[in-house]
Order: sequence, then C-alpha cells, then structure tokens
Amino acid sequence: MRSHFCFAVALIALLAAGSLFAQTKAKAQNVPEIPYTSVPNLLKLPPDLYLGEAMGVATNSKGHIFVFTRSANTRLFEFDQNGNYVREIGQGLYGFSFAHSVRVDPQDNIWAVDEGSNMIVKFNPAGRVVMVLGRKPEFVAQPIPVPPGPTPPPEKYEFRRPTDVAWDPQGNIFISDGYVNHRVVKFDKNGRFLKQAGSEKPGSGVGQFNLPHGIAVDLQGNVYVADRSNHRMVVLDNDLNWKTVYDNIGDSWTVCISPGPHQYLFTSNSNPNGNPPGSWAVTGEIYKMELGGAIAGKFGHAGKQLGGFQVVHMMDCRNPDQIYVAEIESWRVQKLLLHPESVEKSSVR
Amino acid sequence: MKILLAVALLVGIPAFSQTSQSNVPEIPFDSAGDFLKLPDNIYLGENVGVATNSKGEIFVFTRTGQATLTLGTSRPFAHGGTRLLEFDRSGKFVREIGKDSYGFMDGQEVRVDPQDNIWTVDQMTNMVIKWDLNGRVAMLLGRKAESERIPGAAAGGEGGGGANAGRGLPGAGAQSDIFNRPTDVTWDAAGNIYVSDGNGNSRIAKFDKDGKFIKSWGSRGSEPGQFNAPYGIVIDAQGLVYVADRGNNRIQVFDSDGNFKTQYTNVGTPRTLCITPGPHQYLYSSNSNPTNDIDVGGEIYKMELNGQVLGKFGTAGRLPKEFGTVNAIDCRSNNQLYVAEMITWRVQKLSLHPQK
Repeated sequence: MRSHFCFAVALIALLAAGSLFAQTKAKAQNVPEIPYTSVPNLLKLPPDLYLGEAMGVATNSKGHIFVFTRSANTRLFEFDQNGNYVREIGQGLYGFSFAHSVRVDPQDNIWAVDEGSNMIVKFNPAGRVVMVLGRKPEFVAQPIPVPPGPTPPPEKYEFRRPTDVAWDPQGNIFISDGYVNHRVVKFDKNGRFLKQAGSEKPGSGVGQFNLPHGIAVDLQGNVYVADRSNHRMVVLDNDLNWKTVYDNIGDSWTVCISPGPHQYLFTSNSNPNGNPPGSWAVTGEIYKMELGGAIAGKFGHAGKQLGGFQVVHMMDCRNPDQIYVAEIESWRVQKLLLHPESVEKSSVR
Repeated sequence: MKILLAVALLVGIPAFSQTSQSNVPEIPFDSAGDFLKLPDNIYLGENVGVATNSKGEIFVFTRTGQATLTLGTSRPFAHGGTRLLEFDRSGKFVREIGKDSYGFMDGQEVRVDPQDNIWTVDQMTNMVIKWDLNGRVAMLLGRKAESERIPGAAAGGEGGGGANAGRGLPGAGAQSDIFNRPTDVTWDAAGNIYVSDGNGNSRIAKFDKDGKFIKSWGSRGSEPGQFNAPYGIVIDAQGLVYVADRGNNRIQVFDSDGNFKTQYTNVGTPRTLCITPGPHQYLYSSNSNPTNDIDVGGEIYKMELNGQVLGKFGTAGRLPKEFGTVNAIDCRSNNQLYVAEMITWRVQKLSLHPQK
C-alpha cells in the first residue's frame, strides 16, 4: 500500500507541476481596469442542498440562473433572478456524471455538457430532455485504462471529454471536444454531423487545438474557441475555416459573447488549479473585448474572498454589464456588476 | 495514467451490414413522438426495452441514473443504473417496479408473457427476472456476480467480452443458467423459456416453465446454428424460434429443440425482433443503426414468418419518425408499434398505414 501511496503523491506532484507551467501572463499591456462589485449572498439554497465545484452558469431570458455543479452526483439547479432556489433539473440523469458546462440557447432550452458521460443533453424550458448528443460508454465493459498508443481518430457522433456547446443564428450546434479529442464539431439543428475542425491530436498550428475548452458563436456565425493549452483564442468562420487568433489574453479558459446589436466578447485568463506560487500575480483576470480582438478592459483577480476568483470556469454575459462567473475552487457563483462608464475610452490591442 | 471512459469500446462491434433487400416498399407511418409523461424527478435514459401487457399498459426498461461502485469494502461491489417503469395506455406514469433491485444494472430487454408477467434481462448482473402482475419477483434465472472486477476489464464492447467475460463460458456457455451478458427472453406455448445469451456467450439456453435447465445450443461462429452476438429471440405459434443473429447479419430460425431450419439474410443487421399475435402472424426486425452513427440504417422491416419482406419504414436519426438505435419493438397490435431507442433516450408510438 505504501508504494501505491508514494506513487499517488508523485503523480499529484507531477500534475501540480503541469498546472504551474500552464499559467500564462497575458501579453496585453496597459489594459484599463473595469470597476466592479460582487453581489453578496447571491444563491440561496435549501438547507440540504450544497454546491460543489461550480462548473457552469447560464441565464435564460427571464433572468433565471442555471448552475451545473459537481456535488456527490453531478446536478443541475435552477434559481430565479434573485437567486432563490427554484428546482433541480435532470435528477439522477443517465447523462450526468461529471459536469463541465451549461448554456441556454435563444429559445431558452438548457444544454448541459458532461465530460464524464461524454454527452451533451438538451432540456426544454420545462426541464425535460428533448435531444442528446454523444453516448455514455456502456459500463458493462467499463472502465478500462487508456490503451497504449495514439488516440484513434474521432467518431462523428461520439465525444471524448467534451467541454462546451454553442449555436449559430440558424440553430446549428457547435461543440468543443475536448480534453482527449482536440477538435470543434458542427452539427445541424437536428443533431446530424456536418463538419469538424482539428483532430484527435493536439497541436499549436493553424487548424489545430490543444484543449479547446470553451466555445461561443457571434451573430455572423463566427466561432470563437477558447484554445486553453495553446494560450490563445481561435476564431473560425461558420464552416470552421481558420480566421485568426487572439493570443494576448493569457490562457483562454472560457468565452462568452453578449447578445444585442453591439456584441462583446469575454474571456477569462483563469488562475490555474492548485494556486501555484506566483500565480495570483499574473492570472485571474477577465477580458472584455470587441469581436475584432480590441480589448475594452479587464476586471477581476485571483483570490478566495468575494470579488476574487478561484479558477473561473464559465461566464454568463447576457447583460454585458452584469456577469455571472462559476468558479471551480470556491464552489461558488458570483454576480458581478460592472461599471464600465468609469473606464477611459482608450482601447488597446 | 488517465482512466478513460473507454474509447476502445468499439473494438469487437460486429460490422454493420447494409446488405438489405432492394425495392422493398415503404410502409407509410406516423409517430406520436415522445409521448410518455413522467414525474418531474424521473428521467428516461437509454431505453433498452418496451413491452405492453394485455391491458395495454406499457413497461419501459431504461438505463438511467448511475451505476455505483463501493470503495472501502472487502471487494468492489456494484449496483444501480437501470430502472423498470410502468405507464398506462395513454402514456401516463403509473409506478416503478423493482426499485433498487439487486438485479438491475445494465438493462437489456423487457418482455411481457401471455399471462402478463413481466420479464427483464440485464447483461451486467447476468440475470433474467420474472416479475408477477403485482410487480414482485416471481422467479430468477442466473446470479449476479458477487463482486465486480473493475477496473481491468478486458477490452471489448458490444459483441465482445466485457467486464463479465468469464462469468460464464465464452462461446457455447455453461449447461446451466450461468449467463454471460444475456440479451432477450421468450416462451413457447408450453411455457418453456428461451434466453438468447448473448453478448458474451453465443448460445440459446432453454428452460422448462419452472426454470429447470433443459439444453442450450450454438457457439460463437458464422455457420448455421452458430451465433455472433445473438441479440433478440421470439417464438411463433408453431413453436419455431427466431433469433436476431446480429453479428452475422441474419435471422436464424430453429425448431424448439434447436435444430436449424433456415436463415434470412436480407434485412441488414437485426438487433431486435417482434412477432405479432393472432391467426396471421407477422415478424418485425430492426436494422438498427449502430450506437455511434445515425447516417446508416435504422429501418424496420415487416415480414411474413417465411422471410418474405412486406415493407419497411423509418430511418436513423433524432427526429420523430427517425430512430436512434431501436433495441426493442412491441407489436401486440399489428399496426401500432412501440419502439425503444437507445441513443435518443426515446420511446415512440408508431401507427403504420400499410397499403392494401
């Protein structure tokens, strides 16, 4: 047993070292700070319910807040616009194994991305399942260690630890996939495969991804991918052709695009898991950008107290001046009120 | 060092065949869509079985929730992951049967016998369970392994060995009710029980109505009388046994003693079968799409018992009237079918409109 324990310690040390190297100071300089306040005591849970790691947060058109969390089981909770608990969705669901992302589409359907079951589940506003993508591995032959050798090419309809979902104005579905595959997949609105970019192999060149961790689509149908381990955001056109990269914003953990005629793009240079030495000084901030890449400002910092961030995993930006952030390591969702009017007008690249 | 929820599952899947008969007429049909009405806190998962009883009540066997492995015990024990739900004929939820049953982990099929008993087949617990009309256990075939050998399972997926390989004997199987990933159950007029066994073994096991083992036939292979993942089994009024020999892309027909009679090879990859009751019986067979693809197959064939194909309907997909890997068909009523789908988590109610 002792040797196993030592091995585990060594493994943890290795993983910690990995995340230490992963932290990236953003290249962007002289970015104006956007003042903000964090609303205290936002989510009010019943006494017998607890959040675990808050992986996903999203709001619907009524302002209701959906939180996808890793507690004893992975669970999806709904709160009203004041943070009062409303209900649980998908209790005991076959596809809920290990939460990663939740998003709400323009029709108020709720989409949950689970990197344990390798599934994306679409709930209608009533909270019932209307479509599923991917398939949870059948456990009668499960689990097995990764076979030695390279990852086989991706399947059209199956994912390997998918991370996020988005839609274009036509309802086409875009999925970032993920930790094992390194690709973006496009399906039509009925869940039929259309195209993919990237592959099962990580890479840092044009057309390649290394842990595509978040995804968002603008009103023109352009696709923004948080290419986390490549320390950049990638912009694709609607057919997944390569357009450009934004590489001055640190590690892009997650992306969010606000609705409306003037869309803003938000990306988080989240502090790395484990809070390695020095990481708080150079990570933790969220950038507000124009879609073209100009940085309008930044806000936030690493920290455990309210107003500070502990690995922001996801943002909701339905109102670009009112941002919800879900944090992995504080088991918390914060509502941030931005005060951009007090920011100087200067924008920088 | 990552433990990956296995990608290698695909190893061992029988090749999907599109070698189905051409010029088969399309049977017009409608779908009532996803018509089951569930309580807020109950969700269907992969629907592996659907069956009706004589009153039209609907039983759905679904993989939902999470299978759980205990830690800190002398050996790893496992439970959970599958539920049996009952609905009335309008689709309204009535009750759950066998809640937290020791025999439910990875459901594979549900059938209702002529006396309205409900039979479930589970390929992880390797148990076939007969439930009486009150939803209580009436008889058991097979025994769940005490402890699960997880991780370290042999590679293999559908049609392959799997975690419980070695639970029975691969191929011909033990001459007993020790199953290895059984898939389906049926009965003849005398009440004898036939189990297709299955994803691990490749045999048909026959028991008398009291559950006493009589015989089994078949082994792994592609010759007449051999099987590669026998996935479904039905019996007609004359006692002929029809086996969906999925991995061999055929339906095999036997007499009730297991003597090979004939085979039908023109309906793609049969995953599940159903025979209608009544004086003129029809055979339905689903060329279900593979679980990892909705761009091939998916259609269901309607046949005479002699193999003549009368028509087909449906295709793979996620919309109403499309099918996401049909794993069970209920055909108690000749032209009103229920289909249970795996990858789309749906049960559809279909009305066929065959041309005169």
